[in-house]
Amino acid sequence: MFEAVLLTVITAATPLLIAAVGELVVERSGVLNLGVEGMMIMGAVVGFAVANQTGSGTLGVFAAVGAGMAMAALFGFLVLILVANQVATGLALTILGTGFSGLIGEAFIGVPGLKIPSLYIPGLSDIPFIGPVLFQQDAIVYVGFLLVAVVAYTLFRTRLGLVLRAVGDNHNSAHALGYSVIRVRFLAVLFGGACAGLAGSYMSLAYTPQWVENMTAGRGWIALALVVFSSWLPLRVVAGAYLFGAVSVLNLHAQAHEQVNIPSQLLSSLPYLATILVLVLISANRRLTLVNTPACLGKPFVPDR
Amino acid sequence: MVQQTRSGTDTLLDARGLTKRFGDILANDNVDLVINKGEIHALLGENGAGKSTLVKMFYGSLQPDGGEILWQGKRVDIGNPAAARELGIGMVFQHFSLFEALNVVENIALALPNPGRMSDLAERIESVSRDYGLPLNPSDIVADLPVGIRQRIEIVRCLLQEPQLIIMDEPTSVLTPQEADQLFLTLQRLASEGCAVLYISHRLEEVKRICHHATILRHGKVVSECNPAKETPATLASMMVGADVASVSAGARTPQIGETRLALSNLTARAATPFATALNGISLDLRAGEVVSIAGVAGNGQGELFDAISGEMPVAPQMIRIDGKPCGSKSITWRRRQLAAFVPEERLGHGAVPGLKLSQNIVLTRHATGDGLTSGGFVSTARANGMEKHIKKEFDVRMSHDDPEARSLSGGNLQKFVVGRELDRQPGVLVVNQPTWGVDAGAAALIRQALIDLARSGSAVLVISQDLDEIFEISDRIAVISRGYLSEAEPAEDMNRERVGLLMAGGAEAQGEVA
Repeated sequence: MFEAVLLTVITAATPLLIAAVGELVVERSGVLNLGVEGMMIMGAVVGFAVANQTGSGTLGVFAAVGAGMAMAALFGFLVLILVANQVATGLALTILGTGFSGLIGEAFIGVPGLKIPSLYIPGLSDIPFIGPVLFQQDAIVYVGFLLVAVVAYTLFRTRLGLVLRAVGDNHNSAHALGYSVIRVRFLAVLFGGACAGLAGSYMSLAYTPQWVENMTAGRGWIALALVVFSSWLPLRVVAGAYLFGAVSVLNLHAQAHEQVNIPSQLLSSLPYLATILVLVLISANRRLTLVNTPACLGKPFVPDR
Repeated sequence: MVQQTRSGTDTLLDARGLTKRFGDILANDNVDLVINKGEIHALLGENGAGKSTLVKMFYGSLQPDGGEILWQGKRVDIGNPAAARELGIGMVFQHFSLFEALNVVENIALALPNPGRMSDLAERIESVSRDYGLPLNPSDIVADLPVGIRQRIEIVRCLLQEPQLIIMDEPTSVLTPQEADQLFLTLQRLASEGCAVLYISHRLEEVKRICHHATILRHGKVVSECNPAKETPATLASMMVGADVASVSAGARTPQIGETRLALSNLTARAATPFATALNGISLDLRAGEVVSIAGVAGNGQGELFDAISGEMPVAPQMIRIDGKPCGSKSITWRRRQLAAFVPEERLGHGAVPGLKLSQNIVLTRHATGDGLTSGGFVSTARANGMEKHIKKEFDVRMSHDDPEARSLSGGNLQKFVVGRELDRQPGVLVVNQPTWGVDAGAAALIRQALIDLARSGSAVLVISQDLDEIFEISDRIAVISRGYLSEAEPAEDMNRERVGLLMAGGAEAQGEVA
């Protein structure tokens, strides 16, 4: 029983984690992309469609990543090259993604899906309890952990990460030192799109292997909130995503249990309340939060030449 | 005086006929400039004369529209700042190009092409900074550091690039006199090692003191070159402006001092954010007929003090009294009705709304002061327009057409307008933060004279400024603010630069703690 719960927690947390880590990189570069939900749902539908047509889950995942990046490229072109308002453009991107995915997905409603296989590592996967939980997941779960580790290392230990943080902290200074603010931001936005697309494909190829309209159900927005509440720190994003996943799974179990006499509405809101509460508590250190908040977040940049 | 044949074997940078155009404005018009090795070369000119544009072309931030740059005799295209750094040109910016959320090593690493390992770089920073007498702690976060140290970071960053030419844009405007002296020693040492310095400053005394050669720009053109050591600040100023600059007359140096109009007693406020300064028991009596100045390095509580007096930051009622009435918790409009007037430091965005016309900006601060600008909730545009014309004429605010938006005015003209708008009321108490920041010599003289005249007519004037020349020119009494502590206001004739500098560097703090 406990093993099964743990398995569902991991599957619930993985899409949030991947989308949030991508958006974290975008926001660290000083861009606010509210279109995560739209990019995610596009990833979900394109991933499902390609896997269905080709019979290959792997191709589906790559197509989903491409779809997320295409959406992100549109966003980047509008807000970075044409300097459109980031908030309005991000919202429009979500609306576009929701509508367009419904159009593409119409033919796939009710079509049985294809689940990407779990990995099997001889020996390790056979260990009781630990094996199924840690070593029998599908590849995307491991990619998610790898992403967090790579992003955390890159942000704080490499020159690339330093430049990214510098651009997000003060784009005028970065420009004065000769860094191409627009290029750095465009690449960050593309990375965010790739992550959102990957998270979307996890929804339609692993979490619930089918296509249902609007199946991301606000997970893009949760991912956005996680980034803010985790003070733009990758490891806290992991904590937030897993907490949210855990409480939402527990809530389902509690609702199924007859002896629990709590209104179901209250139980359904628990994941949101618990995640916000915990992340607010751990971000109580205002100094740390201030130092980590990208000072140029959402501000347009136009080079003076 | 103009030397046509300055270029020779020692020539480092030779700019010929540089031209840069922004829309209709010719920012640089056929500028020739020669910089030799080991020379501290001053670049002088009023605001808008084209100094910043010129140095940005040397540093690769801007591309010239015409002319050429020769570096050590070879023609070069400086496409971006990285290319400039590769040639050996470094720059210390006027508004620092630092990243507040990053630490010292990270800030410096960003400007180096191959910074190597962070721990090695930290060691290099420590040794170079100690060597030049500019000690730095590599792991400090920039947001925690005062301005003087931030400039050190910029300079050390430049030095680590081993440049042959360092461009400095108004480096001393944020330093105490002692810090400036330390900087001059560093510059002289660099020059003796063969490094050239291109030095932009408004402070003619220091140009005369340390520069070997000066080029003067006016309206984008080189109007003259000279050896500043052989000139006086007055002759340098007249070369910049193209006419003699009127000096400010203080009128009766022993003014008729009347009763207290603004009283601060034990004014205390906590820091609102981690990057703000707390105010610690500030007391000051400002009396009718006098100009009192508060000197200090930027970021020592000047903004917070101004906000408390103007009413933007409420404090306990008894801490501030205007003409005897406690008003620490009253609104800014209430205080204006008591004949107080306030001019904040930032003219565009705080002192005036950029997108509103000047007449509308007048309504914003004067709607409740009995000028008849509003009645029954309606604004009288006719009256506002009338006042706009009056202020424009009285304070010589120059504009291209009638009643423009605030953002279309140049800095100096807008400053004349925001100061004029308040002076026009004949306020009983006037508090001005940085009255002439970034304003050219002519406009500054006009504003300073107006402040003195207002005080002599029986008002009390409080000036918060970082410009010591200005403070000594206009003040009857001088106090110094340091880390939120205010020193006792002493008669200007008893003060000198050294004493003010010591108070700036922490003396005011010590005095405040004892009291």
